[in-house]
Amino acid sequence: MNDYTKYLTSRVTAGGLSRREFMGRAMAAGITLTVADKLFTESAQAAEPKRGGHLKLGLEGGAATDSNDPAKFLSQVMFCIGRCWGDMLVESDPLTGAAVPALAESWEPSKDAATWTFKIRKGVKFHNGKELTIDDVVATLKRHTDAKSESGALGVLGSIKEIKADGGDLVLTLSEGNADMPLLLSDYHLVIQPNGGVDDPLASIGTGPYKMTSFEPGVRATFEKNKDDWRSDRGYVDSIEIIGMNDATARIAALSSGQVHYINRVDPKTVNLLKRAPNVEILSTAGRGHYVFIMHCDKAPFDNNDLRLALKYAMDRETMVQKILGGYGKVGNDFPINRTYALFPEGIEQRAYDPDKAAFHYKKSGHSGSVLLRTSEVAFPGAVDAAVLYQESCKKAGIEIEVKREPGDGYWTNVWNVQPFSTSYWGGRPTQDQMYSTAYLSTADWNDTRFKRPDFDKLLLQARSELDEAKRKDMYRTMAMTVRDEGGVILPMFNDFVNASTKQVKGYVHDIGNDMSNGYVATRVWLDA
Amino acid sequence: MTNPAPSILPGLRFRQRFPLLALILERFVLSLLLLFAVSILIFGGLEALPGDFATTYLGQSATPQAVANIRQDLGLNRPVTTRYVEWLGNAVQGDFGTSWASKNSVSEQIGKRLGNSLFLAGFAAIISVPLAVGLGMLSVHFRNRLPDKIINVISLAAISLPEFFIGYLLILFFAVKFGMATFPATVYDSMGFVERLKAIALPTATLVLVVLAHMMRMTRAAILSVMSSAYMETAELKGIGAFRAIVKHAAPNALAPIINVIALNLAYLVVGVVVVEVVFVYPGMGQYMVDAVTVRDMPVVQACGLIFAAVYIFLNMTADILAIIANPRLRHPR
Repeated sequence: MNDYTKYLTSRVTAGGLSRREFMGRAMAAGITLTVADKLFTESAQAAEPKRGGHLKLGLEGGAATDSNDPAKFLSQVMFCIGRCWGDMLVESDPLTGAAVPALAESWEPSKDAATWTFKIRKGVKFHNGKELTIDDVVATLKRHTDAKSESGALGVLGSIKEIKADGGDLVLTLSEGNADMPLLLSDYHLVIQPNGGVDDPLASIGTGPYKMTSFEPGVRATFEKNKDDWRSDRGYVDSIEIIGMNDATARIAALSSGQVHYINRVDPKTVNLLKRAPNVEILSTAGRGHYVFIMHCDKAPFDNNDLRLALKYAMDRETMVQKILGGYGKVGNDFPINRTYALFPEGIEQRAYDPDKAAFHYKKSGHSGSVLLRTSEVAFPGAVDAAVLYQESCKKAGIEIEVKREPGDGYWTNVWNVQPFSTSYWGGRPTQDQMYSTAYLSTADWNDTRFKRPDFDKLLLQARSELDEAKRKDMYRTMAMTVRDEGGVILPMFNDFVNASTKQVKGYVHDIGNDMSNGYVATRVWLDA
Repeated sequence: MTNPAPSILPGLRFRQRFPLLALILERFVLSLLLLFAVSILIFGGLEALPGDFATTYLGQSATPQAVANIRQDLGLNRPVTTRYVEWLGNAVQGDFGTSWASKNSVSEQIGKRLGNSLFLAGFAAIISVPLAVGLGMLSVHFRNRLPDKIINVISLAAISLPEFFIGYLLILFFAVKFGMATFPATVYDSMGFVERLKAIALPTATLVLVVLAHMMRMTRAAILSVMSSAYMETAELKGIGAFRAIVKHAAPNALAPIINVIALNLAYLVVGVVVVEVVFVYPGMGQYMVDAVTVRDMPVVQACGLIFAAVYIFLNMTADILAIIANPRLRHPR
């Protein structure tokens, strides 16, 4: 069963996909009718969610400094906690990454995608019994977009000019068209709180499936079921306990001794040992984070596209995924987008390791002597090993790479975005637009490849306000090709999110949105006794 | 062992009439001065650290606007000395301000965390101190015979392993393989006392193993050195039992160095258990400080640093004073 089919069946198991939808998608993915039928029946049988039980999660990424205020959610643990007690206006489809309704029932853009009208769901109650109103929604967004705000979503919402209530609807006016606006509202900071959380940002009162019963930052949070939840297809367990566990060995010990049901951040180096435990299941989900080797397009010798191409062809991507990620990842194609994004450009040929082509372009570039690559353990896990592996694969193409190991402290200030050739890491972004705007737009602060192309910028802005999906997909394809063939990024791999659970945990949804089932793990799974 | 420093207190007469009290007062004042010096070091050191809270905390979502907002909010634009004086003034009154990251009261948080750390350290001390002293006496009694050798080999083995490794071994056997012990050792407010005891069984055992050898070997060495003195020979010739000789005559005279090493280990139990707390997921001071350092949450780091220093200085001072009381010769500087 390939990954895509696995997603499909897990969607069915989670109750998120009807038979018709499943058959359609499965057959589109090349599965025969009989096999698809059998798969659906099996997953649907496993799909009867059981209610009740006490779910315990052991998560890395909590700290004593964590804050209960959604505007300041930062750590992995708070990301997961916020998803338990709160709802956003919009969610993203676990399978396609497209925007789907949550507290906003539906939405409508203006023709230029610069004004958006959201219909707010009726009859939803906050944990304190108060009914959700348009005023709460407006107050929440105003709090996060205030110029004085310390909200983590401030950057994402930068283009919002005006937030107002029109009858019962929410109307957002943007400074420029943005077809991705609904998806931006699925940001995990944007939990809708009574009166926007202005009165008491730390109260943790929302509309989510669980009510918070206790919270000790960095230590533990507990939840009980919200009996008035407006949705019935989530919140299967009676109570949740999230324990902060920052030590990798402690997490593995807690999971294999059955003290917790689920852990995150399993190290690719130890995942094979953990696999041997009889009651443990490894949950690996394709992610958007990627490891990169970045060349500055405006500095010699990397200002020569033939040299850049030579260095791209000299990258052995398959070996990287096997050796550095332990197989838990996918090969990259030298542009920062993969299949987990909505409107992924299909049909771009996968670049493969080709010493001959590399040698050809290297010769054509006229460069001679060694190329200096700077790296450090902090660039990404295994970055130094990856650099040495790359040195070997380049050697076969007659390119000499000099690997310089830099100290981890200060790597991000002194080397990354400063030196012409270095290793680095990018986390994913909710949309293609954001990924390109952050790192490939000529004027972006974090344009770490110094990729400056007016035609690319123009296309990016056009695509942003283009509402016709087919046209937009086409634009994204052109952009991807430009970055792939002329950009300064060598992108060997996308890393998977590797988590693990006991076999009791059922209904896990492999959400392409983000780690830990896009943070929804606790509200989506159930316990099989 | 302890050579009293020259007096800094005026009034020679007071000194001659109450030598013990004078010495204790002197120690106390010295400790306070030391603590004050440490506070300057902590504040200055953190000030000199590269990186700043606003950028570290916001991470990749840091926009110049948000960074500026946070700096303004925290008053980071004011001069260092103003901020130091303000901080020290409040700290003396037990107010460590609010955490920059979580906006919770630091004193309140530390109250809980310090309580947890002391609980764990206290339990480890209750078990390890009598055990170490007892084993030390035993090994003197059986010196160079089998029990002495066994005690020595085991305690040396335990001290040679880093504490996280001992912790992992205990977890592997008692939690994963046999399922006897509770893991993780996370304690929380609503937890009952018995449950709490169960939760801390493994970290306590780890700590006991780590500090045992040091105290035990010091006890053994100190008693042995006393044993070789003339008056012990007299006691022996008087026909007194060997064990009685150790407990009644040798041990009290060996107290000073033993007290010193115990105090050092107690301080370690409170201050140095960061690794053990992380391994066992125990919410004590160590973990609190590590979390705060990562995001440069200065009020928390400063408060933790100051409290750690205070614990260390206080225990050392107590050890000195107890040693002076135990050994009258130390009261009169030569």
